[in-house]
Amino acid sequence: MDTPNPNITDEAQTVRGKARYKSGVLEYRKMGYWEPDYEPKTTDVIALFRITPQDGVDPVEAAAAVAGESSTATWTVVWTDRLTACEKYRAKAYRVDPVPNAPGQYFAYIAYDLALFEPGSIANLTASIIGNVFGFKPLKALRLEDMRLPVAYVKTFDGPATGIVVERERLDKFGRPLLGATVKPKLGLSGRNYGRVVYEALKGGLDFTKDDENINSQPFMHWRDRFLYCMEAVNKAQAATGEVKGTYLNVTAGTMEDMYERAAFAHELGSSIIMIDLVIGYTAIQSMSKWARRHDMILHLHRAGHGTYTRHKTHGVSFRVISKWMRLAGVDHIHAGTVVGKLEGDPLTTRGFYDILREDYNETRYEHGIFFDQDWAGTRKVMPVASGGIHAGQMHQLLHHLGEDVVLQFGGGTIGHPQGIAAGAMANRVALEAMILARNEGRDYLAEGPQILNDAARHCLPLRQALDTWGEVSFNYASTDTPDFVPTAMPAY
Amino acid sequence: MRLTQGCFSFLPDLTDEQISRQIQYCLDKGWAVNLEYTDDPHPRNTYWEMWGLPMFDIRDAKAIMSELAECRRIHDDCYIRLSAFDATHTWESLRISFIVQRPRDEPGFMLTRAEAAGRTLRYETRAYVVQKPEGARYGNSG
Repeated sequence: MDTPNPNITDEAQTVRGKARYKSGVLEYRKMGYWEPDYEPKTTDVIALFRITPQDGVDPVEAAAAVAGESSTATWTVVWTDRLTACEKYRAKAYRVDPVPNAPGQYFAYIAYDLALFEPGSIANLTASIIGNVFGFKPLKALRLEDMRLPVAYVKTFDGPATGIVVERERLDKFGRPLLGATVKPKLGLSGRNYGRVVYEALKGGLDFTKDDENINSQPFMHWRDRFLYCMEAVNKAQAATGEVKGTYLNVTAGTMEDMYERAAFAHELGSSIIMIDLVIGYTAIQSMSKWARRHDMILHLHRAGHGTYTRHKTHGVSFRVISKWMRLAGVDHIHAGTVVGKLEGDPLTTRGFYDILREDYNETRYEHGIFFDQDWAGTRKVMPVASGGIHAGQMHQLLHHLGEDVVLQFGGGTIGHPQGIAAGAMANRVALEAMILARNEGRDYLAEGPQILNDAARHCLPLRQALDTWGEVSFNYASTDTPDFVPTAMPAY
Repeated sequence: MRLTQGCFSFLPDLTDEQISRQIQYCLDKGWAVNLEYTDDPHPRNTYWEMWGLPMFDIRDAKAIMSELAECRRIHDDCYIRLSAFDATHTWESLRISFIVQRPRDEPGFMLTRAEAAGRTLRYETRAYVVQKPEGARYGNSG
């Protein structure tokens, strides 16, 4: 399948030899950053940008400028280029397509030689690809839509500390999504009160509870107090059910030293999982991944802050790219959208994120926002987490959209249950198991979902109450981050 | 208490017909169905006793149900779980696991707390039944 719009076919205008290095300013397209005949090598990193040039700026020159500014170029010609194998180091814009139904926007494909990147460093990769160019004046806006990471580069990363399969083996939980809940209210509970929520939710039937992104160590609850009460709750719930339980202890802190101290205490107390926030930065995430691997811990990542740069279609970095970086960086869980909940999430775009996190090989699927084939070369899989405004009455839709390898997190949908937290947890677990049973029996569980839930509620009063409380709640707002390609409207080129 | 390991423990115990449909689901996926039993229900007791090898070559749900019937006859006072292996590259593990027999009484677990340094506690989860020898823990048949 090809993109439905004709490419812009401007010829190369690269100036070569002595004239190329004459002091002064030369258009980027003439400096070797626009090479429409270039065939990307299998070892090249490829970035796809959505560029919105300023009025009057030629899209090819804009694409060449992005290639230049994200690799070797500066604003003027420098003779020191000639001391290097500069043609190899220049990123090459090799294709520019108009974005369908979006006047003034273009998709620019840019190839980078593998020699430009330090092995195993997201910080280095991103300092190149998104380091300088996003503030570049000739562009109104710029968005990194997707990347093709060559196997040669993928293999320089350790990937997830645990991965989906080993996580399931450690937890002894197979064949169904995992269930979680974020403790609410997210701020203000004392350690003792906080542990109560954890105990009730786990005893009631959830697999995990979770600290929220901004629970660190505040005056109302010191982190050590939280860890101690949470582990009392985990162990007590484990004994009450005979099932492995866990709680994501958020070790996010102001310094790496503090994070390591908190992680070490979680480990000492026997926790199976720790948690970090995306805002700690890529290097800190990679450090915590290596720590988690050394200590047999699952590493949960809350994508705190991502909406500032992933949501809008014309500027920023797509979450599909963040998903790729985080699989390389080595987290085991990442929040990736619910489709049906309270937060942004177009169904097809979200499917694209989930595929990136879980598949061995991503096929190009423009309608899911996937622009490249991506071979993960055996890199472990990341468990996506669906959290934010979901409830038991949506179980059939959640299973349909998100599949089986996912953590479904019902915070309000557990803790807000009219009969209490344990009842809320039980309602979610019964709804889930009933839906899995029906799916495996070959029933059309999406169409029959409400019936399956009502039937299950006959032997589970808490589920009946959950359906009566939230059955009709939905969040139907238009998404902003949607695919540009619609399969049914695609003409054959 | 009711042990809630496995993926259908919150539903009423599955009937043989329901179990048979789940087996068919596994067979349709190309997975190998496996039966195991134990009288030590500790949540981290990974290795339950195998009822023979995983049934790699049995592609008939009825034949597997008759294996289950035989396993239940011999081990009528144990937990029995049914699981299925997927040998696909990068998975190579279980795809489903659920309990298909449980003892009539499930006494549950004792949680002990040993006070350690500071406010730290050392927890130990112990099934009440493991105070008796293996094979004599549930019912009378041991």
